[in-house]
Amino acid sequence: MSTLSLTSAFSMLLKRDLVLAYRRRAEMVNPMLFFVLVTAMFPLGIGNDPKLIEAVGPGVIWVAALLAALLSLDSMFRSDFDDGSLEQFMLSAHPVSILVLAKVLAHWLVTGLPLFIVAPLLAVLLNIPASAIPTLMLTLVLGTPVLSLIGSVGVALTVGLRRGGVILSLLVLPLYVPVLIFATDAVKTAIVGIPTTAQLSILSAMLVGSLVLAPVATAASLRISLS
Amino acid sequence: MIIRFFHQMGSPRYFYGVAGKLIPWFMISFLVTLVVGLYYGLFVAPTDYQQGESYRIMYIHVPAAWMSMFIYVVMAVSGLISLVWRIKMTEVVVISSATVGAWFTFLALATGSLWGKPMWGTWWVWDARLTAELLLLFLYLGIIALHSAIEDKRVAARAVSILALVGVVNIPIIHYSVEWWNTLHQPASVTKFDKPSMDVSMLIPLLTMAISFKLYYGAVVLMRARAEIIERERNSRWVMEMVEQEAK
Repeated sequence: MSTLSLTSAFSMLLKRDLVLAYRRRAEMVNPMLFFVLVTAMFPLGIGNDPKLIEAVGPGVIWVAALLAALLSLDSMFRSDFDDGSLEQFMLSAHPVSILVLAKVLAHWLVTGLPLFIVAPLLAVLLNIPASAIPTLMLTLVLGTPVLSLIGSVGVALTVGLRRGGVILSLLVLPLYVPVLIFATDAVKTAIVGIPTTAQLSILSAMLVGSLVLAPVATAASLRISLS
Repeated sequence: MIIRFFHQMGSPRYFYGVAGKLIPWFMISFLVTLVVGLYYGLFVAPTDYQQGESYRIMYIHVPAAWMSMFIYVVMAVSGLISLVWRIKMTEVVVISSATVGAWFTFLALATGSLWGKPMWGTWWVWDARLTAELLLLFLYLGIIALHSAIEDKRVAARAVSILALVGVVNIPIIHYSVEWWNTLHQPASVTKFDKPSMDVSMLIPLLTMAISFKLYYGAVVLMRARAEIIERERNSRWVMEMVEQEAK
């Protein structure tokens, strides 16, 4: 293990997680289905006035994405924690934060990316004009990795707990607020036809910031949870 | 000298003793400033020419809102210290502060909504400050929930410290994003607080109340810290000896 370079350790871990996810394909579909279902519930709840649906559409899609991300978070470290491989990662010679990054990336590819793929479909369902769909997808590409990264800290803190699920949502949802605000605002602005560079720049800044800081916090949290 | 002081304060037994001596002083000065501040705030300070008498809830509301943020920063700083230097006493401070901070946040929200009813005509407005304060309450509740869910209290303290640090990095981001969101979407019909430069006769009671609340926090956090120390150290000799002496 000590002769393994950091890059190959990163890519091996990434590959391992992707293979494991591929072998449980049914689980991969669940967050996506949840995303679609929650979004489909909203028009049923608020009525079928097209104007109203269009007005709440961006918010509904993003709140559903938030919940789908939250729902899938628990699986990030769960199986590795149960079978003890998480402890092996802690013992490896490589910085844990980089290994964490590989796991978060794998998790996002499996749970975050499918949301991005079905988003155009949901946008059509919610009367979002075609001109705003690229912006919606851009916010999802920039925003959902932030959700996974921030979420990884929460999961790392609660992975050892028996009833961690409810606490996890309490820990993570307030921290998701900035992403929600800027992402929905970008889409709403795009619907009106105004440039969205400002919102997208801030979302990118959040992505960069959480990319740098979150893995460190997650690694420290994992050490605490495993102690 | 300074190193010796920190070393001593790091020892639970010494901290317990010092805290016990400090609590009465905090309590007395809290009560004195509370009475003075309330008297000047409720009776001496002039009536506001716009808001009438109802502005006087400010003397509770504003200090409580300040405390809600101050306590969170205290938690984050002591969390950092306990993570880096593994000092037990700062861990205790983090835990002891959480509940007080949550209550101050709740008080700020409750008084704010009571104040909002006569001023804005509604209990709740999705105003930037109100929303940020509500999210702060959620952050406090998350910390309390995480602490109570972890059985080993030393592990819990370190987990909570990390959470407090993550929160403190996020609070400015949350604050500014909420402000941005609000300025874009709030209808102009709702009048926001514009901060007029305050008259000295109103400012002095306000600052007295702020000091009073800080002293209260000091007293309560020391009390809670003492209770936490006793619980953590219940198997150590000095606690057992103390209990035996109390029993006599």
